[in-house]
Amino acid sequence: MKNMRNVAVTLAIFAGSLGAWEAVVRAFEIPIFILPPPSQVAMALYRGIASGLYINHLGYTLLETLLGFIAGSLLGFFLGTAVAMNRWVEFFLYPYIVMFQSLPKVALAPLIVVWFGLGLTSKVINAALVAFFPLLVNTMVGLKSADEDRVSLMRSLAASDRQIFWMLRLPNALPFVMAGLDVAMIFALIGAIVAEFVGAQRGLGMLIQSMNFNMDVSGQFSILLILSFVGLVLNRGIMLIRKRVMFWDPSEKRAIETSPEEAAPVAGRAVATPAKEGI
Amino acid sequence: MAVGTQAITVRNLSKTYATRSGAVAALERATFSVGEGEFVAVVGPSGCGKSTLLKILAGILTSSSGEALLRGTLIAGPRKDIGVVFQSPVLFPWRTVLDNVLLPVDVQRLGRARHEQVGVDLLTLVGLKGFEGKYPWELSGGMQQRVAITRALVHDPAMLLMDEPFGALDAMTREHMNLELQRIWMERQKTVLFITHSIPEAVFLADRVLVMTARPGRLLDDIRVDQPRPRPLEVMNTPVFGAHVRHIRNLFNVQGRIDG
Repeated sequence: MKNMRNVAVTLAIFAGSLGAWEAVVRAFEIPIFILPPPSQVAMALYRGIASGLYINHLGYTLLETLLGFIAGSLLGFFLGTAVAMNRWVEFFLYPYIVMFQSLPKVALAPLIVVWFGLGLTSKVINAALVAFFPLLVNTMVGLKSADEDRVSLMRSLAASDRQIFWMLRLPNALPFVMAGLDVAMIFALIGAIVAEFVGAQRGLGMLIQSMNFNMDVSGQFSILLILSFVGLVLNRGIMLIRKRVMFWDPSEKRAIETSPEEAAPVAGRAVATPAKEGI
Repeated sequence: MAVGTQAITVRNLSKTYATRSGAVAALERATFSVGEGEFVAVVGPSGCGKSTLLKILAGILTSSSGEALLRGTLIAGPRKDIGVVFQSPVLFPWRTVLDNVLLPVDVQRLGRARHEQVGVDLLTLVGLKGFEGKYPWELSGGMQQRVAITRALVHDPAMLLMDEPFGALDAMTREHMNLELQRIWMERQKTVLFITHSIPEAVFLADRVLVMTARPGRLLDDIRVDQPRPRPLEVMNTPVFGAHVRHIRNLFNVQGRIDG
């Protein structure tokens, strides 16, 4: 009952803000190439989808994003593991990591496009580059954050370092890794879009760019809608995996709740405080 | 208790930690022994080196000088014939209760199939029958600590090292756990070295109470508690019990005056 009421209120707020937007644009006669009313955006969205144009470019952007995400995450995870587990690797590699970390990675996009061309490769590399750091940092922190008492327990049982890694450090790092994946997924999308801005023949980012040149603001809005929807779906996908992987985490049982009363404890469930990582 | 062979022998054991402000002696020339099957409690104020002593015996810390022997052999590292219970339960949240109990079996590759029933039987012994498939977060603090005790027993170690295992529990649960531990100990007849800072707890549980001074930890007294078992909680109200507690407390007070 309470849930139904919450849904109703949410819908009312949504419809209200759309109505206000439409009304303001009409009342003040704002030109369509500055701020289109929602009805125009909806039209553009419909046209783009019906003609098959959006699906085509969306598929391409998604491919770039997912390939970049997988490559960047894998690399970040393995390098993070190496740095956390081997102090020589840490000693020689960590300074570069810190240096590279403070660099806004998207600023590399023009270079990457020059080096790897206008095709798929440069987008995947750029997406991977941006997705790489959240995984690297979170894996490192997660593996190193194993509770001292738990390590002592394992040692008292005469466990080998290998056993401590597989039975303690790795599962302990999972919440951190999942938080890293969560961030990396969205970062990969950003990386792919930015690389498309710089130079591409296909993809939603390229489409936004060309619409901008044609002052098709309604079209740009409609693609922004698609992109935020895609981001949402990708994020949900990671959350589903997270629930699977971290079946033992009690906070996962509550994470589905969406009513405002429950929102606070859910937000506070930062089991793993993911290392904040800029792009 | 039959004191034939010595389960634990400690001779002139010292441990010094290097800190920024110089060397800190945590344990100084401790010498004592624990007989096979004996329940020995170590009491002392915070920071008296009790935990250091236990970690050396568990083989996860090396001593600075002196020696520690377990059943006649020098302790040179972690051993498979001891079970350790820490102050916190130290359970792995991604393992079920039974899987937590079987952790030593997994680590030491003792064969899960053969030990699963042992684990279930032990859980029954500590009153956790039916909780095998639960996860740690579904259990109360006292129940979690019982899982930890079960885990320390599952590989049938020669002795049990307990580092303030009930320190984090509330007073009622703690008394209950004391009774439970006594029952489990009487049934299993393991050698137990039990570290605590509660004098009544030490006197209630132990055959012998070793009293340690504040830092650097030195052995002050070795008191035998001859009370029939099983001891009910009412024992705590008897004059003999009171005399022991008073005696130990006086030792600390005298010590305190010396330290100024």
